[in-house]
Amino acid sequence: MTALFLRDLKLSVRAGGGALIGILFFLTIVAVVPFGVGPDLNLLSRIGPAIVWISALLAALLGLDRLFQAERDDGSLDLMLMHETPLVITVFVKCLAHWTASGLPLALAAPLLGVFMNMTETAIGVTMLTLLVGSPAITFIGAVGAAVAVALPRGGLLVSILVLPLTIPILIFGVSATYAAVHKPTPFLPPFLMLIALTLFFAVIGPAATALALRNTSD
Amino acid sequence: MYLAAENLAARRAGDLIFVNASFRLTRGEALILTGHNGSGKSTLLRVVAGFLLPEKGSVKFSDSQGRTDRRPSEVCHYLGHRNAMKNELTVAENLRFWRSFLDDGSQAPTASIEDAAEAVGLGSITHLPFGYLSAGQQRRFAFAKLLVAHRPIWILDEPTAALDTNADRLFTALIGEHQKNGGIVLAATHQSLGLRNVKELHMKCFAGVETEVWGA
Repeated sequence: MTALFLRDLKLSVRAGGGALIGILFFLTIVAVVPFGVGPDLNLLSRIGPAIVWISALLAALLGLDRLFQAERDDGSLDLMLMHETPLVITVFVKCLAHWTASGLPLALAAPLLGVFMNMTETAIGVTMLTLLVGSPAITFIGAVGAAVAVALPRGGLLVSILVLPLTIPILIFGVSATYAAVHKPTPFLPPFLMLIALTLFFAVIGPAATALALRNTSD
Repeated sequence: MYLAAENLAARRAGDLIFVNASFRLTRGEALILTGHNGSGKSTLLRVVAGFLLPEKGSVKFSDSQGRTDRRPSEVCHYLGHRNAMKNELTVAENLRFWRSFLDDGSQAPTASIEDAAEAVGLGSITHLPFGYLSAGQQRRFAFAKLLVAHRPIWILDEPTAALDTNADRLFTALIGEHQKNGGIVLAATHQSLGLRNVKELHMKCFAGVETEVWGA
Protein backbone atom coordinates (compact mmCIF):
# COMPACT_ATOMS: atom_id res chain seq x y z
CA MET A 1 0.00 0.00 0.00
CA THR A 2 2.95 2.32 0.63
CA ALA A 3 3.94 1.56 -2.95
CA LEU A 4 0.56 2.74 -4.21
CA PHE A 5 0.78 5.90 -2.11
CA LEU A 6 4.25 6.77 -3.38
CA ARG A 7 3.33 5.96 -6.98
CA ASP A 8 0.30 8.24 -6.91
CA LEU A 9 2.34 11.03 -5.34
CA LYS A 10 5.00 10.66 -8.04
CA LEU A 11 2.37 10.65 -10.77
CA SER A 12 0.73 13.82 -9.50
CA VAL A 13 4.05 15.65 -9.38
CA ARG A 14 5.38 14.48 -12.76
CA ALA A 15 4.34 16.14 -16.02
CA GLY A 16 0.60 16.12 -16.61
CA GLY A 17 -0.12 15.09 -13.04
CA GLY A 18 -2.21 18.14 -12.32
CA ALA A 19 -1.33 18.72 -8.65
CA LEU A 20 -0.07 22.19 -9.51
CA ILE A 21 -3.17 23.13 -11.49
CA GLY A 22 -5.31 23.11 -8.36
CA ILE A 23 -2.99 25.50 -6.53
CA LEU A 24 -2.75 27.81 -9.53
CA PHE A 25 -6.54 27.89 -9.79
CA PHE A 26 -6.77 28.63 -6.06
CA LEU A 27 -4.25 31.48 -6.37
CA THR A 28 -6.03 32.89 -9.40
CA ILE A 29 -9.48 33.13 -7.81
CA VAL A 30 -8.27 34.66 -4.57
CA ALA A 31 -5.94 37.07 -6.36
CA VAL A 32 -8.76 38.27 -8.59
CA VAL A 33 -11.34 38.91 -5.84
CA PRO A 34 -9.75 42.16 -4.48
CA PHE A 35 -9.91 43.62 -7.99
CA GLY A 36 -13.57 42.80 -8.29
CA VAL A 37 -14.61 43.85 -4.79
CA GLY A 38 -12.55 47.03 -4.73
CA PRO A 39 -9.91 48.29 -2.31
CA ASP A 40 -12.13 48.34 0.77
CA LEU A 41 -9.78 46.73 3.30
CA ASN A 42 -12.43 46.22 5.98
CA LEU A 43 -14.74 44.45 3.55
CA LEU A 44 -11.89 42.29 2.26
CA SER A 45 -10.83 41.20 5.71
CA ARG A 46 -14.46 40.44 6.58
CA ILE A 47 -15.14 38.24 3.54
CA GLY A 48 -11.55 36.91 3.39
CA PRO A 49 -12.00 33.57 5.17
CA ALA A 50 -15.12 32.77 3.14
CA ILE A 51 -13.42 33.59 -0.17
CA VAL A 52 -10.36 31.51 0.70
CA TRP A 53 -12.58 28.58 1.72
CA ILE A 54 -14.78 28.74 -1.40
CA SER A 55 -11.74 28.95 -3.69
CA ALA A 56 -10.09 26.03 -1.92
CA LEU A 57 -13.27 23.97 -2.28
CA LEU A 58 -13.48 24.63 -6.02
CA ALA A 59 -9.77 24.01 -6.51
CA ALA A 60 -10.01 20.72 -4.63
CA LEU A 61 -12.83 19.57 -6.92
CA LEU A 62 -10.84 20.45 -10.03
CA GLY A 63 -8.54 17.46 -10.27
CA LEU A 64 -10.83 14.86 -8.74
CA ASP A 65 -12.34 13.43 -11.92
CA ARG A 66 -8.98 11.99 -13.00
CA LEU A 67 -8.62 10.07 -9.74
CA PHE A 68 -9.92 6.82 -11.23
CA GLN A 69 -10.34 7.73 -14.88
CA ALA A 70 -6.59 7.82 -15.46
CA GLU A 71 -6.34 4.36 -13.95
CA ARG A 72 -9.17 3.09 -16.09
CA ASP A 73 -7.72 4.50 -19.31
CA ASP A 74 -4.55 2.46 -19.08
CA GLY A 75 -6.10 -0.67 -17.60
CA SER A 76 -4.58 -0.36 -14.11
CA LEU A 77 -8.03 -0.16 -12.55
CA ASP A 78 -8.77 -3.72 -13.73
CA LEU A 79 -5.79 -5.08 -11.85
CA MET A 80 -6.76 -3.12 -8.74
CA LEU A 81 -10.28 -4.54 -8.86
CA MET A 82 -8.90 -8.07 -9.10
CA HIS A 83 -6.52 -7.79 -6.21
CA GLU A 84 -7.42 -9.38 -2.90
CA THR A 85 -6.62 -6.32 -0.78
CA PRO A 86 -10.05 -4.98 0.03
CA LEU A 87 -10.87 -2.39 -2.59
CA VAL A 88 -11.89 -0.01 0.22
CA ILE A 89 -8.29 0.16 1.42
CA THR A 90 -6.94 0.70 -2.09
CA VAL A 91 -9.42 3.55 -2.52
CA PHE A 92 -8.56 5.01 0.88
CA VAL A 93 -4.85 5.06 0.06
CA LYS A 94 -5.50 6.63 -3.32
CA CYS A 95 -7.60 9.37 -1.67
CA LEU A 96 -4.88 9.97 0.89
CA ALA A 97 -2.26 10.32 -1.85
CA HIS A 98 -4.54 12.61 -3.82
CA TRP A 99 -5.11 14.79 -0.76
CA THR A 100 -1.40 14.95 0.04
CA ALA A 101 -0.63 16.05 -3.51
CA SER A 102 -3.48 18.49 -4.06
CA GLY A 103 -5.35 19.23 -0.80
CA LEU A 104 -2.45 19.75 1.56
CA PRO A 105 -0.74 22.33 -0.70
CA LEU A 106 -4.00 24.32 -0.74
CA ALA A 107 -3.97 24.54 3.05
CA LEU A 108 -0.29 25.48 3.00
CA ALA A 109 -0.86 28.21 0.41
CA ALA A 110 -3.77 29.69 2.38
CA PRO A 111 -1.64 32.02 4.62
CA LEU A 112 -0.17 33.77 1.58
CA LEU A 113 -3.65 34.36 0.19
CA GLY A 114 -4.85 35.49 3.60
CA VAL A 115 -2.41 38.39 3.29
CA PHE A 116 -3.98 39.28 -0.08
CA MET A 117 -7.33 39.50 1.67
CA ASN A 118 -6.06 41.68 4.54
CA MET A 119 -6.96 39.03 7.11
CA THR A 120 -5.67 39.21 10.69
CA GLU A 121 -3.08 36.74 12.01
CA THR A 122 -5.72 34.80 13.93
CA ALA A 123 -7.97 34.58 10.90
CA ILE A 124 -5.10 33.39 8.72
CA GLY A 125 -4.02 30.76 11.23
CA VAL A 126 -7.53 29.45 11.78
CA THR A 127 -8.35 29.38 8.06
CA MET A 128 -5.26 27.27 7.50
CA LEU A 129 -6.16 24.99 10.38
CA THR A 130 -9.76 24.48 9.24
CA LEU A 131 -8.64 23.85 5.66
CA LEU A 132 -6.14 21.32 6.92
CA VAL A 133 -8.89 19.51 8.83
CA GLY A 134 -11.72 19.97 6.35
CA SER A 135 -10.12 19.36 2.95
CA PRO A 136 -9.65 15.59 3.34
CA ALA A 137 -13.44 15.30 3.58
CA ILE A 138 -13.77 17.00 0.18
CA THR A 139 -11.43 14.40 -1.33
CA PHE A 140 -13.31 11.49 0.25
CA ILE A 141 -16.68 12.75 -1.00
CA GLY A 142 -15.20 13.61 -4.38
CA ALA A 143 -13.87 10.09 -4.79
CA VAL A 144 -17.45 8.79 -4.80
CA GLY A 145 -18.36 11.16 -7.62
CA ALA A 146 -15.19 10.25 -9.50
CA ALA A 147 -16.04 6.56 -9.22
CA VAL A 148 -19.60 7.06 -10.43
CA ALA A 149 -18.42 9.07 -13.45
CA VAL A 150 -15.39 6.88 -14.17
CA ALA A 151 -16.77 5.44 -17.39
CA LEU A 152 -17.99 8.75 -18.80
CA PRO A 153 -15.69 10.37 -21.35
CA ARG A 154 -16.14 13.92 -20.07
CA GLY A 155 -17.20 13.35 -16.51
CA GLY A 156 -15.29 16.25 -14.98
CA LEU A 157 -18.15 18.69 -14.73
CA LEU A 158 -20.57 15.97 -13.69
CA VAL A 159 -18.31 15.01 -10.80
CA SER A 160 -18.28 18.61 -9.54
CA ILE A 161 -22.05 18.90 -9.78
CA LEU A 162 -22.63 15.56 -8.07
CA VAL A 163 -20.23 16.35 -5.29
CA LEU A 164 -20.81 20.03 -4.63
CA PRO A 165 -24.08 19.71 -2.62
CA LEU A 166 -22.46 17.14 -0.35
CA THR A 167 -19.52 19.41 0.38
CA ILE A 168 -21.71 22.32 1.51
CA PRO A 169 -21.74 21.25 5.20
CA ILE A 170 -17.94 21.22 5.19
CA LEU A 171 -17.89 24.73 3.78
CA ILE A 172 -20.43 25.94 6.34
CA PHE A 173 -18.63 24.54 9.36
CA GLY A 174 -15.19 25.47 8.03
CA VAL A 175 -16.13 29.09 7.51
CA SER A 176 -18.19 29.40 10.69
CA ALA A 177 -15.33 27.98 12.77
CA THR A 178 -13.03 30.60 11.28
CA TYR A 179 -15.47 33.43 12.00
CA ALA A 180 -16.06 32.12 15.52
CA ALA A 181 -12.32 32.31 16.22
CA VAL A 182 -12.12 35.88 14.97
CA HIS A 183 -15.29 37.28 16.58
CA LYS A 184 -14.73 36.42 20.19
CA PRO A 185 -18.12 35.82 21.86
CA THR A 186 -19.08 32.91 19.57
CA PRO A 187 -17.40 29.69 20.68
CA PHE A 188 -14.84 28.27 18.24
CA LEU A 189 -14.86 24.66 19.37
CA PRO A 190 -18.36 23.41 18.39
CA PRO A 191 -18.13 24.15 14.64
CA PHE A 192 -14.52 23.00 14.59
CA LEU A 193 -15.38 19.69 16.22
CA MET A 194 -18.23 19.28 13.75
CA LEU A 195 -15.72 19.78 10.95
CA ILE A 196 -13.48 17.06 12.38
CA ALA A 197 -16.49 14.79 12.76
CA LEU A 198 -17.48 15.36 9.13
CA THR A 199 -13.99 14.47 7.94
CA LEU A 200 -13.91 11.28 10.01
CA PHE A 201 -17.42 10.36 8.89
CA PHE A 202 -16.62 10.76 5.20
CA ALA A 203 -13.26 9.01 5.61
CA VAL A 204 -15.31 5.91 6.47
CA ILE A 205 -18.35 6.32 4.21
CA GLY A 206 -16.50 7.72 1.17
CA PRO A 207 -14.14 4.84 0.38
CA ALA A 208 -16.87 2.25 1.01
CA ALA A 209 -19.27 3.97 -1.40
CA THR A 210 -16.47 4.49 -3.91
CA ALA A 211 -15.51 0.81 -3.86
CA LEU A 212 -19.14 -0.13 -4.40
CA ALA A 213 -19.46 2.26 -7.35
CA LEU A 214 -16.24 1.01 -8.94
CA ARG A 215 -17.33 -2.60 -8.69
CA ASN A 216 -20.58 -1.81 -10.44
CA THR A 217 -19.28 0.37 -13.24
CA SER A 218 -16.62 -2.09 -14.40
CA ASP A 219 -17.34 -3.62 -17.77
CA MET B 1 -5.15 -27.43 -8.69
CA TYR B 2 -7.84 -26.73 -11.24
CA LEU B 3 -9.85 -23.94 -12.78
CA ALA B 4 -13.28 -24.88 -14.02
CA ALA B 5 -16.10 -23.02 -15.64
CA GLU B 6 -19.55 -24.53 -15.83
CA ASN B 7 -22.17 -23.47 -18.36
CA LEU B 8 -21.12 -19.84 -18.39
CA ALA B 9 -23.31 -17.36 -20.13
CA ALA B 10 -22.65 -13.65 -20.30
CA ARG B 11 -24.56 -10.63 -21.36
CA ARG B 12 -23.18 -7.31 -22.47
CA ALA B 13 -25.39 -4.27 -22.96
CA GLY B 14 -28.42 -6.53 -22.95
CA ASP B 15 -27.24 -8.96 -25.62
CA LEU B 16 -26.36 -12.50 -24.81
CA ILE B 17 -22.78 -12.93 -26.03
CA PHE B 18 -22.31 -16.62 -25.41
CA VAL B 19 -24.03 -19.48 -23.62
CA ASN B 20 -22.88 -22.82 -22.24
CA ALA B 21 -19.17 -22.16 -22.21
CA SER B 22 -17.57 -24.85 -20.08
CA PHE B 23 -13.98 -25.90 -19.53
CA ARG B 24 -11.83 -27.54 -16.92
CA LEU B 25 -8.11 -26.92 -16.72
CA THR B 26 -5.62 -28.60 -14.39
CA ARG B 27 -1.92 -28.02 -13.70
CA GLY B 28 0.10 -27.13 -16.76
CA GLU B 29 -2.81 -26.93 -19.15
CA ALA B 30 -3.68 -24.08 -21.47
CA LEU B 31 -6.92 -23.04 -23.09
CA ILE B 32 -6.86 -21.09 -26.31
CA LEU B 33 -9.95 -19.14 -27.26
CA THR B 34 -10.38 -18.66 -30.96
CA GLY B 35 -13.09 -17.10 -33.07
CA HIS B 36 -13.60 -14.04 -35.18
CA ASN B 37 -13.79 -10.48 -33.86
CA GLY B 38 -16.74 -9.89 -31.60
CA SER B 39 -17.33 -13.56 -30.90
CA GLY B 40 -17.02 -13.11 -27.14
CA LYS B 41 -13.42 -14.12 -26.43
CA SER B 42 -12.60 -11.05 -24.38
CA THR B 43 -15.97 -11.20 -22.65
CA LEU B 44 -15.34 -14.77 -21.53
CA LEU B 45 -11.90 -13.80 -20.22
CA ARG B 46 -13.37 -10.84 -18.35
CA VAL B 47 -15.99 -13.09 -16.78
CA VAL B 48 -13.29 -15.50 -15.59
CA ALA B 49 -11.23 -12.58 -14.26
CA GLY B 50 -14.24 -11.41 -12.30
CA PHE B 51 -14.90 -8.04 -13.99
CA LEU B 52 -18.25 -9.13 -15.38
CA LEU B 53 -20.83 -11.13 -13.55
CA PRO B 54 -21.89 -14.21 -15.49
CA GLU B 55 -25.53 -14.36 -16.46
CA LYS B 56 -25.55 -18.04 -15.62
CA GLY B 57 -23.01 -20.61 -14.46
CA SER B 58 -19.93 -20.21 -12.30
CA VAL B 59 -16.15 -20.22 -12.26
CA LYS B 60 -14.43 -22.36 -9.65
CA PHE B 61 -10.84 -22.49 -8.54
CA SER B 62 -9.19 -25.00 -6.28
CA ASP B 63 -5.54 -24.58 -5.28
CA SER B 64 -2.91 -27.28 -4.87
CA GLN B 65 -4.08 -28.04 -1.32
CA GLY B 66 -7.62 -28.43 -2.55
CA ARG B 67 -8.86 -25.20 -0.94
CA THR B 68 -11.64 -23.52 -2.82
CA ASP B 69 -12.18 -20.42 -0.70
CA ARG B 70 -10.29 -17.99 -2.91
CA ARG B 71 -12.05 -16.09 -5.64
CA PRO B 72 -10.59 -17.03 -9.04
CA SER B 73 -9.80 -13.38 -9.77
CA GLU B 74 -7.33 -13.28 -6.86
CA VAL B 75 -5.10 -15.97 -8.32
CA CYS B 76 -5.05 -14.60 -11.87
CA HIS B 77 -2.80 -12.33 -13.81
CA TYR B 78 -4.81 -10.43 -16.39
CA LEU B 79 -3.09 -8.98 -19.44
CA GLY B 80 -5.74 -7.11 -21.40
CA HIS B 81 -5.61 -4.88 -24.44
CA ARG B 82 -4.32 -2.08 -22.28
CA ASN B 83 -0.94 -2.40 -20.64
CA ALA B 84 -1.74 -1.09 -17.14
CA MET B 85 1.50 0.88 -17.04
CA LYS B 86 1.92 4.60 -16.46
CA ASN B 87 3.52 6.62 -19.24
CA GLU B 88 4.93 9.15 -16.78
CA LEU B 89 6.87 6.62 -14.72
CA THR B 90 9.96 4.74 -15.80
CA VAL B 91 9.67 1.06 -16.65
CA ALA B 92 11.51 0.09 -13.47
CA GLU B 93 9.17 2.22 -11.33
CA ASN B 94 6.13 0.68 -13.00
CA LEU B 95 7.36 -2.86 -12.50
CA ARG B 96 8.48 -2.17 -8.94
CA PHE B 97 5.02 -0.82 -8.11
CA TRP B 98 3.19 -3.84 -9.51
CA ARG B 99 5.65 -6.16 -7.84
CA SER B 100 4.83 -4.80 -4.40
CA PHE B 101 1.14 -4.14 -5.09
CA LEU B 102 0.48 -7.63 -6.41
CA ASP B 103 2.63 -9.37 -3.82
CA ASP B 104 0.30 -11.85 -2.17
CA GLY B 105 2.63 -12.85 0.63
CA SER B 106 3.13 -16.34 -0.75
CA GLN B 107 6.63 -17.79 -0.88
CA ALA B 108 6.43 -18.57 -4.58
CA PRO B 109 9.53 -17.50 -6.49
CA THR B 110 9.27 -14.34 -8.56
CA ALA B 111 11.69 -12.69 -10.94
CA SER B 112 13.45 -9.49 -9.95
CA ILE B 113 12.80 -6.37 -12.05
CA GLU B 114 16.07 -6.82 -13.94
CA ASP B 115 15.49 -10.52 -14.58
CA ALA B 116 11.96 -9.89 -15.82
CA ALA B 117 13.17 -7.16 -18.19
CA GLU B 118 15.93 -9.49 -19.34
CA ALA B 119 13.39 -12.28 -19.90
CA VAL B 120 11.40 -10.15 -22.35
CA GLY B 121 14.62 -9.17 -24.11
CA LEU B 122 14.81 -5.52 -23.01
CA GLY B 123 17.17 -5.60 -20.07
CA SER B 124 18.99 -2.35 -20.72
CA ILE B 125 16.20 0.21 -20.97
CA THR B 126 14.31 -0.02 -17.68
CA HIS B 127 15.39 3.51 -16.78
CA LEU B 128 13.32 5.06 -19.60
CA PRO B 129 9.83 6.46 -19.07
CA PHE B 130 7.25 3.93 -20.27
CA GLY B 131 5.69 6.50 -22.60
CA TYR B 132 8.92 6.82 -24.63
CA LEU B 133 8.85 3.21 -25.78
CA SER B 134 7.41 1.77 -28.99
CA ALA B 135 4.14 -0.17 -28.93
CA GLY B 136 5.96 -3.49 -29.16
CA GLN B 137 8.37 -2.63 -26.36
CA GLN B 138 5.47 -1.49 -24.17
CA ARG B 139 3.72 -4.79 -24.79
CA ARG B 140 6.84 -6.71 -23.83
CA PHE B 141 7.13 -4.82 -20.55
CA ALA B 142 3.43 -5.34 -19.87
CA PHE B 143 4.22 -9.03 -20.20
CA ALA B 144 7.19 -8.69 -17.86
CA LYS B 145 4.66 -7.61 -15.24
CA LEU B 146 3.38 -11.20 -15.16
CA LEU B 147 6.82 -12.40 -14.10
CA VAL B 148 7.44 -10.07 -11.16
CA ALA B 149 4.52 -11.35 -9.09
CA HIS B 150 3.40 -14.93 -8.85
CA ARG B 151 -0.07 -15.99 -9.96
CA PRO B 152 -0.88 -19.59 -10.90
CA ILE B 153 -3.32 -18.55 -13.63
CA TRP B 154 -2.52 -16.24 -16.52
CA ILE B 155 -5.36 -14.69 -18.49
CA LEU B 156 -4.05 -13.21 -21.71
CA ASP B 157 -6.20 -11.23 -24.10
CA GLU B 158 -4.44 -11.20 -27.49
CA PRO B 159 -1.00 -11.10 -25.89
CA THR B 160 0.89 -11.00 -29.17
CA ALA B 161 -0.81 -8.02 -30.82
CA ALA B 162 1.77 -5.43 -32.02
CA LEU B 163 4.65 -7.88 -31.69
CA ASP B 164 7.31 -9.07 -34.10
CA THR B 165 7.99 -12.77 -34.69
CA ASN B 166 10.92 -12.77 -32.28
CA ALA B 167 8.72 -11.54 -29.46
CA ASP B 168 6.08 -14.08 -30.47
CA ARG B 169 8.55 -16.88 -29.88
CA LEU B 170 9.74 -15.26 -26.67
CA PHE B 171 6.20 -15.08 -25.29
CA THR B 172 5.49 -18.66 -26.31
CA ALA B 173 8.61 -19.76 -24.46
CA LEU B 174 7.63 -17.80 -21.34
CA ILE B 175 4.10 -19.17 -21.38
CA GLY B 176 5.52 -22.67 -21.85
CA GLU B 177 7.80 -22.11 -18.87
CA HIS B 178 4.80 -21.04 -16.78
CA GLN B 179 2.92 -24.21 -17.80
CA LYS B 180 5.93 -26.34 -16.95
CA ASN B 181 5.89 -24.86 -13.44
CA GLY B 182 2.32 -25.99 -13.05
CA GLY B 183 0.58 -22.83 -14.15
CA ILE B 184 -2.67 -22.54 -16.07
CA VAL B 185 -3.01 -20.29 -19.10
CA LEU B 186 -6.12 -18.89 -20.75
CA ALA B 187 -5.48 -16.93 -23.90
CA ALA B 188 -7.58 -15.34 -26.60
CA THR B 189 -5.58 -15.28 -29.77
CA HIS B 190 -5.61 -15.53 -33.55
CA GLN B 191 -2.30 -17.37 -33.73
CA SER B 192 -1.86 -20.89 -32.43
CA LEU B 193 1.15 -19.66 -30.38
CA GLY B 194 2.65 -23.14 -30.74
CA LEU B 195 1.93 -24.13 -27.16
CA ARG B 196 1.81 -27.66 -25.90
CA ASN B 197 -0.85 -29.28 -23.77
CA VAL B 198 -3.52 -27.06 -25.23
CA LYS B 199 -7.28 -27.22 -25.44
CA GLU B 200 -9.19 -25.04 -27.81
CA LEU B 201 -12.51 -23.38 -27.27
CA HIS B 202 -13.96 -21.99 -30.46
CA MET B 203 -16.31 -19.10 -29.83
CA LYS B 204 -19.18 -18.51 -32.19
CA CYS B 205 -21.05 -15.27 -31.90
CA PHE B 206 -24.55 -15.66 -30.43
CA ALA B 207 -24.51 -19.37 -31.22
CA GLY B 208 -22.92 -21.10 -28.29
CA VAL B 209 -19.47 -22.65 -28.37
CA GLU B 210 -17.71 -25.73 -29.62
CA THR B 211 -14.93 -27.50 -27.80
CA GLU B 212 -12.28 -29.74 -29.20
CA VAL B 213 -8.85 -30.84 -28.12
CA TRP B 214 -5.77 -29.73 -29.97
CA GLY B 215 -2.63 -31.85 -30.01
CA ALA B 216 -2.29 -32.47 -26.29
